[in-house]
Amino acid sequence: MNASFSGKLPGRIVLLLVFGFLYLPIAVLVLLSFNDSGLPTSWSGFSIRWYGALLANTDILRAAGNTLIVAVFATVISTVLGTLMALGMETRRRKSNGLEALAFAPMVIPDIVLAVALLTFFSRLGLAMGLHTIVISHVIFDLAFVCSVVRARLKHFDFSIVEASRDLGASGWTTFWRVTFPVLLPSIVAGSLLAFTLSVDEFIIAFFTAGAGRSSITLPMQIYSMIRFGITPEVNALATIVMGVSATALLISQWLNREQQVP
Amino acid sequence: MSFNATRPNLLAAPGVAWLVAFMVVPCVLVLSYAFFQRGVWGGVEYTFTLENFARVLDPLYAKIFLNSARIALTATVVAILIAYPAAYAISRAPRMSQPILLFFAVLPFWSNYLIRTYAWIVLLNREGLINNLLRWLGYTGEPLSMLYTESAVITGLVYNYLPFVILAIYSTLSRLSPELMEASRDLGAGPIRTFLRVTLPLTLPGVAAGGVFVFVLSIGNFVTPALLGGGRFQMVGNLVYDQFLTANDWPFGAALGAALILTMIALLLLQARATAHASGERKGEAAQ
Amino acid sequence: MNASSNPILRIEGVGKAFGPVTAVDNVTLDIRENEFFALLGPSGCGKTTLLRMLAGFESPNAGRILLEGKDISPLPPEKRPLNLMFQSYALFPHMTVRQNLSYGLEMERLDKAVIRRRVDETLATTDLTQFADRKPEQLSGGQKQRVALARALVKRPKVLLLDEPLGALDKKLREKMQLELKRMQHEASITFIIVTHDQEEALVMADRMAILRDGRLLQVGAPEEVYERPADRFVANFIGVMNFIEGAVGADGLFRAEGLEVKATGNAGPATLAVRPENIVIGPPGDQPVSGAIVDIAYHGLDRVLHVKTAATATPLQVRIPASGAGNWKIGDALSLKIDPAKCRLFQSIKRGTPCPRPLHSSRKRPSARR
Repeated sequence: MNASFSGKLPGRIVLLLVFGFLYLPIAVLVLLSFNDSGLPTSWSGFSIRWYGALLANTDILRAAGNTLIVAVFATVISTVLGTLMALGMETRRRKSNGLEALAFAPMVIPDIVLAVALLTFFSRLGLAMGLHTIVISHVIFDLAFVCSVVRARLKHFDFSIVEASRDLGASGWTTFWRVTFPVLLPSIVAGSLLAFTLSVDEFIIAFFTAGAGRSSITLPMQIYSMIRFGITPEVNALATIVMGVSATALLISQWLNREQQVP
Repeated sequence: MSFNATRPNLLAAPGVAWLVAFMVVPCVLVLSYAFFQRGVWGGVEYTFTLENFARVLDPLYAKIFLNSARIALTATVVAILIAYPAAYAISRAPRMSQPILLFFAVLPFWSNYLIRTYAWIVLLNREGLINNLLRWLGYTGEPLSMLYTESAVITGLVYNYLPFVILAIYSTLSRLSPELMEASRDLGAGPIRTFLRVTLPLTLPGVAAGGVFVFVLSIGNFVTPALLGGGRFQMVGNLVYDQFLTANDWPFGAALGAALILTMIALLLLQARATAHASGERKGEAAQ
Repeated sequence: MNASSNPILRIEGVGKAFGPVTAVDNVTLDIRENEFFALLGPSGCGKTTLLRMLAGFESPNAGRILLEGKDISPLPPEKRPLNLMFQSYALFPHMTVRQNLSYGLEMERLDKAVIRRRVDETLATTDLTQFADRKPEQLSGGQKQRVALARALVKRPKVLLLDEPLGALDKKLREKMQLELKRMQHEASITFIIVTHDQEEALVMADRMAILRDGRLLQVGAPEEVYERPADRFVANFIGVMNFIEGAVGADGLFRAEGLEVKATGNAGPATLAVRPENIVIGPPGDQPVSGAIVDIAYHGLDRVLHVKTAATATPLQVRIPASGAGNWKIGDALSLKIDPAKCRLFQSIKRGTPCPRPLHSSRKRPSARR
């Protein structure tokens, strides 16, 4: 191998710089969350008092509760709808361009556009907005992501095992639960974890569809109102927790879906 | 498979119904508002007009549109310039470590957008970490005001969307057969010419996919300009936000939204063309 | 075959190891000008690694590669006047056939008109003129194969390296392309080095061939030489069909196995007798010294292969006879046979050149380089 082929050093430097750029800001936040003074100006000793302050902040706790409710409902609904839609789309004889576009659109449409569209729609219907309208809205993109993750698995799915099951005497229903579902399960769980993460983090659409009043404020909305006016030490602690939860969910999702890497 | 013709449609129906009811209908509804007049007290008066689209082209708003396009384009170019070498380095790493490197490159993307933006407030603030660092290094002048600048907005956009661009470029790089690069070397091209004439053209689909993604999300963004630009930099996203939540001019906001969607569709079509070209498909060209 | 027998390419004590695994072990080989040379061996024998070292994609840990007397080992691939035709063809998918062919000439910074003329010529000789403006995706497997060949040939390399060039084609097309390749090699007067695992292909095409196993060179020679006088048991088994009879050479110089005696020269001791199916003569029972019975008959068009059970071997001996003379034989028939001592080889159990058991290296390759 010639020098130009195995020149690994420039690659390492590039990776070091890029990963530094990606993780330094996050690392600073995590570090600051344990800073007693809570300010970036000086390190005044290790402390978990900002985490304590979080627990005492009823606004944050209520927002966290709301977020959890929204994320759980949106995840459950979108997992069922998204999985069924994936099965429907992959077992069709002919690909439908309209269906493809419909399933793809929620992932690319600018969220500000979707947000104002939903606001217009709900207010035109005269529907009182609250957590339920956020759930309805979140299901839109959650279901698109679940659908795409499950479809990726179905693309490598050997449909002859379904035929084999039928050949061996199982009914269509039994075949689904005993053969198709177990094979798809990891991707369904991976998709739903992804949906959960997206829902927990989503801000703009929730902001537009939450309606007036403090009762349906979600965590990202709470964070937004806190950080608009500069640095708040409690946010550092909150950010650390939220990032930890997201990273764990993603890690599990990746791990469950790992077999997909090998066709 | 014993699925008959109606079974797949039945399976997809609930999801399709949800998307049609809560995405297609609302989008059509809001876009239809663009053709009506604004009511005297806000709201919508149902008189047909094209005035809202004319206003989008009004120099005042066209300037904001162009300005956001410029900021979004800068963020896109910077993101690609950082992401390409990173994706290239990952694709050249030992096979075993590639998924791990990729995972950690994409991980920040899945953490909260607001928090990632907030991290830059902490870094760029007048009392922030970078100014502290400068002071510690012996800088005695006025603290630099890095926050609430255009550069801060661009930095925030690049930081937030970089992982996706790395992912998009990596996915085309990793599908590229190393033998194509070897063939180029064998035919007499050095590493640089091989990169310019083989590697780069064949990875353009990834670059286009990543680029379109950053551009579309940047131009419609309103969180980053609000937080890192301090509201001083109006972008299309903020403009739409204002029309709906403060100015109460929904028809005009709808027209702006339509402009955003049209931009997005145009870019997606462009991206599809780039992909078709690199894969050797020829669409709309004479077969001769 | 050709006037000059000067080596154009000399491989001198070349070795390559990937970590603890030796892929190519001290290979020395001369390749003559204008010859069609085949590197033959089972997968993982090191033939592809050797080819990649010639092309410049791997650098040897030991030894030198001399092209017309000059050491080219330190040169990067783009500086070597050799070209490689890739097994996967590696056609640039974003370029037309013409652009693929022009690419290598543009790298030489030739005049545009010259490039055009040379590309046109090569397109004509490879029957590709009508496909010049197509992209690789719009070509059939055989056409892609020709483009890959044309793209390398248009550079007029001193040596053309071909990595399993016919591997992806179906049997019919492969046989046609074998002759086609030979014709093009002859017309272009370029030295061809082909890597293949298909012994039949090597026998048909090559002027000379080298057989590799576990990174080591076992035998070099013309096809008939290798076929008729294999250097060891492995080569004997690898090239063509061979019957092996285990036995021993006695003090009298005769090879003996159960119910069989052949005049063969060798040292006293255990030995293996190797005989080709066409070198066994058969007759009615009692006519020839060894008796046996037919357990199977395989039809091969022009000839037939009888599987004959004898006392000498556990697996039936294969005997090839012309189809015309086979009419009366049926499964279950008794017969007698004779082995022509002049046309068989004797391998002594402990013998120089017998490959010692070594781990196979098949799993060790540059992962990215393969397909």
